[in-house]
Formats: sequence, structure tokens, C-alpha cells
Amino acid sequence: MAEIDDTAENLPEKKPHREELTTEQQIRRRTLKAFAWFAAAGIIPYSIWKWIMIQPKQNRLPKVFREVLNANEKVADSYFSNANLAPTFPKERAAKNVRVNGKDGLRSAIDKDAWRLTVERPAQKPLLISLDDLKTMPKQEIIYQFKCIEGWSQIQHWGGVNFAEFVKKYQLGKKTGSDDWYPYVGMKTPDGGYYVGIDTPSALHPQTLLAYEMNDQPLTDPHGAPLRLIIPVKYGVKNLKRIGSIWFSDERPRDFWAERGYDYHVGL
Amino acid sequence: MKRIVHKHPLAIRWFHWINFPILTIMIWSGLLIYWAYQPYKIQIGDVVLFKFFPNWFIQALNLRRRLAEGMSWHFVFMWLFTINGILYFLYTFISGEWRFLLPNRHSFREAWQVTLHDLGLRKTAPPQVKYNGAQRIAYTAILVMGFGSLLTGLAIYKPTQFAWLTTLTGGYETARLIHFILTIGYVLFFLIHIAQVVRTGWNNFQAMVTGFEVEKKEVKPVPPSLTV
Repeated sequence: MAEIDDTAENLPEKKPHREELTTEQQIRRRTLKAFAWFAAAGIIPYSIWKWIMIQPKQNRLPKVFREVLNANEKVADSYFSNANLAPTFPKERAAKNVRVNGKDGLRSAIDKDAWRLTVERPAQKPLLISLDDLKTMPKQEIIYQFKCIEGWSQIQHWGGVNFAEFVKKYQLGKKTGSDDWYPYVGMKTPDGGYYVGIDTPSALHPQTLLAYEMNDQPLTDPHGAPLRLIIPVKYGVKNLKRIGSIWFSDERPRDFWAERGYDYHVGL
Repeated sequence: MKRIVHKHPLAIRWFHWINFPILTIMIWSGLLIYWAYQPYKIQIGDVVLFKFFPNWFIQALNLRRRLAEGMSWHFVFMWLFTINGILYFLYTFISGEWRFLLPNRHSFREAWQVTLHDLGLRKTAPPQVKYNGAQRIAYTAILVMGFGSLLTGLAIYKPTQFAWLTTLTGGYETARLIHFILTIGYVLFFLIHIAQVVRTGWNNFQAMVTGFEVEKKEVKPVPPSLTV
């Protein structure tokens, strides 16, 4: 108790002009004043709440939330690096029963022999690429922790073609006659039932694959045969199954879950 | 004679009352996120003692199918939670308030005596400067917990970009568990905090709004047993 009594401030000494007030009066005045301010300050959170509630909605979220999420994306871009890799695991830790979560875009039947990957290009005819064409490229495998936006995760083993290599081989993604990348990649299923938009740097991350194998076996239908995206820098929602077409774009391509209230970026 | 004794600086009162609604929003939106994947329970052998969360709880708070909404609130208000927390932390250092808040070598013994006193097992409470040992421990712990929420939150928010942090916090799933446990910790803190404020009475409570306490002078300066 001895050392610090300097917290006790005797008000009449500090504010001599109020000397005429008794301590009782001072207590009353200061208490009323403080509580009046407290109540007034309470208007601030209430107003913020109201303001959020009356915001126009953009894809089911208040506009200001979309703006903050876009700002978060800019912050994330500032520390995003190809050198930051998703940790990988030994093969024996990969799940044998790989979890399936959702079949949007997979509801119609597919003729896998007739399937071709369609690459849409501006002012050119679309490229049609068969699975055998893709398999002429070196195979890359990854055993990493797949993360669902719902919160669960699972160590999974995928094999396919490095997306950046694929883009390089077919000379995609750069604007005609320039070295500038289109900022976005769009992908959708053949029936258009599921679609994603991805920022180009994430798509070109060295761990992004066009996968045709899971646990050393060809993809099964529920996992997106014949070809799916594996992109460890994004939540599972961006890992489109049964890719029908791919295109690069200046605008954000439509995104299935972003239209249903989720963040567009969902980068990990 | 009554005397006005200055207790809480204005800045601390602001930090306290700003934190309250923000932390409420973080916990609520966290529950909306947790609903989408609810693996945690308290279990001894095969007997589940408590499941996070029982259906009545989910129903009562209307937590179902609101993951996207929860994530948006969480990733907007995380900034305010972090900024307010960092400013509070810096303020306590710059102003010297940390001297009242940081546990010292007496605090643990004192906290034990306070606990016994509060449970009615001891007649007197130990003398204190502003905060007693139990308070010092609790208020420092809550700051450390906030820091822990920030780190584990970042670890599960960007587990690839901050893979080193995710590894440091025990991996993706462990970090999520710690993040959850810390939140339960806030709720328990809140319950005890409220109980103690109610117990200690109006003079103590109003000081968090007005900044001062009223001390009755004629009474010998025996420190009141404030335990909030």
C-alpha cells in the first residue's frame, strides 16, 4: 500500500475553480456526467450495428463487409509468395478414404473418352486438350493437408500436371503481345453447374495441380474424374472437380460459393 | 468526509468497453463458423460428458447454416479486436499501468488467500494496491489469451502463408483446438468477472465508467476487499 498512492487524486486541489462544490456534489456531478457520456458512447456500437444492417447486399453480404474482405485480400497478396508452401507429408499418412463433399457440377453423366479440356482464348479458337496430351507432361505428386472451408482437413495424395507448367506449355494467361498476366483464371464443370474464379498468382503457385490421380489411381467420379484442380493455397471450395473449361480473364470470373455469401479469395 | 479516489484511466475504460462488444461479436461469429464442423467434446473413456455444442444450445443461438456470414463477421472484426488489444497492451506499458496489472512474486500466494476469502473460508482479504493477486493473474492471463487467439487465429486463417506459425502452434488442427479452448476461457472469465463485479458492488463497478471510486475518509484506511 505504501508506495503508490499517487493514483489518488484530490480533485479540489487540481481544479480550484470548483472549490465551492462539496465533495458530495462533485461525486454526483462527475458520476452523472460520466454515465451520460457512457450512454452517449453506447450510441456508437448501436449505430455501427444499424449501419451494417441497412447496407445493400453484395452476393448476400453487407457491402462494407465485401469491401473489408477485398482489403483483406490485398493484405494477403502482400505476403503471398511462391516460396510459402503447404507442408507435405509421407505417403503412408495419406487418407485411404478420401472425403467427398458436394456434387454440384457432377450431377450429369459424362463420357470420359469424349472429354476434352477446353481452354478458351481471346480472339482464338478454343484449345481442346485430351487427358493423354496432358499425361505427356511430367507428373507431379503432392501429399498435403486438404482444408475444407467448413473446418475439417485431411491428408490427401494427388497426382497430375503442374498448372504453371501447363500454362507455359500452351502459352496461356498472358495478354496478347505483352508480358502482363491476366489477373484471374476461371474454371467450370462441363455442365456449368459449378464454377470458380482464382487469382492468377494462386493458380501459378508451384503446388497447384491439374490432377488426374488420387492415391496413385485414376480419379473416381465423385472426386472429379477425369481431371480436377488441386490448389493447396485455397480452401477446398476452389478445388473444382471435373474441369470442363478454363479461361483467363481481366474480370473476376463467377464463383459458385462467393455468390452464396462466401469470401471470393479464400486463400490459405 | 468522502473522498474521490482516481482508479481507472480514461484510456483503460475505453479499451475495456470497446473490447466488450467486439469480443462478443468475435465469439458469436466464431460459433457460426464452428457449427460447420463440430468435433470437440469432453469425454472420459467412452462416456461423453459434454458435446460442443448440444442441440438446444445451437437452436437457442440460431447457429445453423450461417458459416459464410460467420466468416465475414469474424474476418472484419478481427481487425478491431487486434487493434484494440495492441493499443491496450501498449498503453499499459507506456502509462506504467502494467505495475498494477502484472503479477509479482506475492501474487500467487495472495491469489490463493483471495480465493479462500471469496469462498468464505478466510476472514480477511490480503491488502492490495488497486488489484489483488487474483486480479493481477486474471487480467494478465486474459491479455496473454488474447495474444494466443491472435496467433492461433492467424495460424488457421493462413496455414500455408504462415505455415511456420501453424507448425509452432501444434499444426492446423491443434491450432484450431487451442483457438476454441481460448474462447471457452473468455466465456468462463466473463462469468467469474460478472459474479465478482456483482459481489463487490456498485462503487467498484461504477469506477469502470466514471474512473473514480468514492472512499469514506473517517474509516481507517483499511483497503476494501475488491475482488473483480
